[in-house]
Amino acid sequence: MADWVEACAVGDVDEEDVIRFDHGGRTFAIYRSPDDEFFATDGFCTHEKAHLADGLVMDDIIECPKHNGRFNYKTGQAKGAPVCVNLQTYPVKVEAGKVMIQIA
Amino acid sequence: MAGTVKRDYSLVGESTRRAIETGLASAEWYHTDVPRKAIKELMQRSDGPAIRDTILWIVAILGSAAGAIYFWGTWWCVPFFFVYGVLYGSSSDSRWHECGHGTAFRTRWMNDVVYQIASFMLMRNPVTWRWSHARHHTDTIIVGRDAEIAVMRPPDLLRAALAFTGILDFRYSLPALVRQAFGKLTPDEKSYVPEMEQHKAVIAARWHIAIYIATIALAVFMRSWIPVVLIGVPRLYGTWHMVMTGLLQHIGLADNVVDHRLNTRTVYMNPISRFIYWNMNYHVEHHMFPMVPYHALPRLHELIKHDLPEPNPSIWHAYREVWPVLLRQLKYEDYFLKRELPPTARPYRGEFHEVNMSAAAE
Repeated sequence: MADWVEACAVGDVDEEDVIRFDHGGRTFAIYRSPDDEFFATDGFCTHEKAHLADGLVMDDIIECPKHNGRFNYKTGQAKGAPVCVNLQTYPVKVEAGKVMIQIA
Repeated sequence: MAGTVKRDYSLVGESTRRAIETGLASAEWYHTDVPRKAIKELMQRSDGPAIRDTILWIVAILGSAAGAIYFWGTWWCVPFFFVYGVLYGSSSDSRWHECGHGTAFRTRWMNDVVYQIASFMLMRNPVTWRWSHARHHTDTIIVGRDAEIAVMRPPDLLRAALAFTGILDFRYSLPALVRQAFGKLTPDEKSYVPEMEQHKAVIAARWHIAIYIATIALAVFMRSWIPVVLIGVPRLYGTWHMVMTGLLQHIGLADNVVDHRLNTRTVYMNPISRFIYWNMNYHVEHHMFPMVPYHALPRLHELIKHDLPEPNPSIWHAYREVWPVLLRQLKYEDYFLKRELPPTARPYRGEFHEVNMSAAAE
């Protein structure tokens, strides 16, 4: 059964930005899109172990800080070399000002 | 003092095994602390500066080519070829580099178009070089891992000198493209290009070779050297500026370390060289924060220079600093230049290289 876990407060993430969230020995990235929606993915790039939370959010793209690999953080889709493997995404909901993610 | 261990620069050899075993491969590197808000602002992308610079670049290329053709057969064509050669054979390197990182333009396809054109001008396979450069950033000057170490130890000074002429590119890059066009990748190339991308390298090489064949055919048809001196051959006579600036990025500094302040150099350069080089003279800054576009590197430099060695004040100064190091490396290949940090800097991160540093550093 997947659990909903509180990741952060709404105000912890700036618009068009990302923060890191660690839980249960795993690392996630929590995104706030320019249209004020929240999304969550695995916290590390699928190319090499770099924290996506140090990267750059542009529209619906997260760019890895190490090699500039790009993913669509809404779908997890890898957008081309040097990233070839899609990113795992997680369901997100906002309740009482808290961002919750569902972790399997 | 630790004994010298012979460096093996292949990417599938003894040094590779050692780098992986010791944790040097894919290690976590030192970064100067920069507040998220500041680095986010510096990372912001914009099409404007790169569109402006690319229009200037194209106009200068076409203008110098037109002048060279107009004055063909007279000595007046020489200055035009001088400019054209540097734009073709040198400035293409920085365009290749920035667009390969995807930082020059905000719009992805603009980066991709300029990247493909610049790759062709440089005789570089756009696929294999994209991956080799990713490796260069993961494992900067880690022997056995980094595919882009320009001057190996002990230094081959003749080879380094020949690099200024572009002869080595014809000797190695062109045959490499032919080999790749026939579907053959070396074990080194296979070590950094994922299997699912390797067929793209073959297709790209075939396109490059097809364009060179078409250029030669055009020259034969026209009974003129003009097509080949404008396409391909500028890699010989125009590459010197790329080598002059590019060699300084890492030469004479430490290898097998995980702190870019130890293995990478920032050099202040004149405005013309900075236009040709697209600010890659701020090279420590680029390696620490590769997401920062070229036009924001001077601002990044101002922000973090308190934590970096003093930049060389000129290209000339940097070469004067490097030359005696290279001479000493001929006899003692472990020797390198350890540049002083300012009192405001955090100490070098030295856990992987304390023995080497005490034994070999100046």
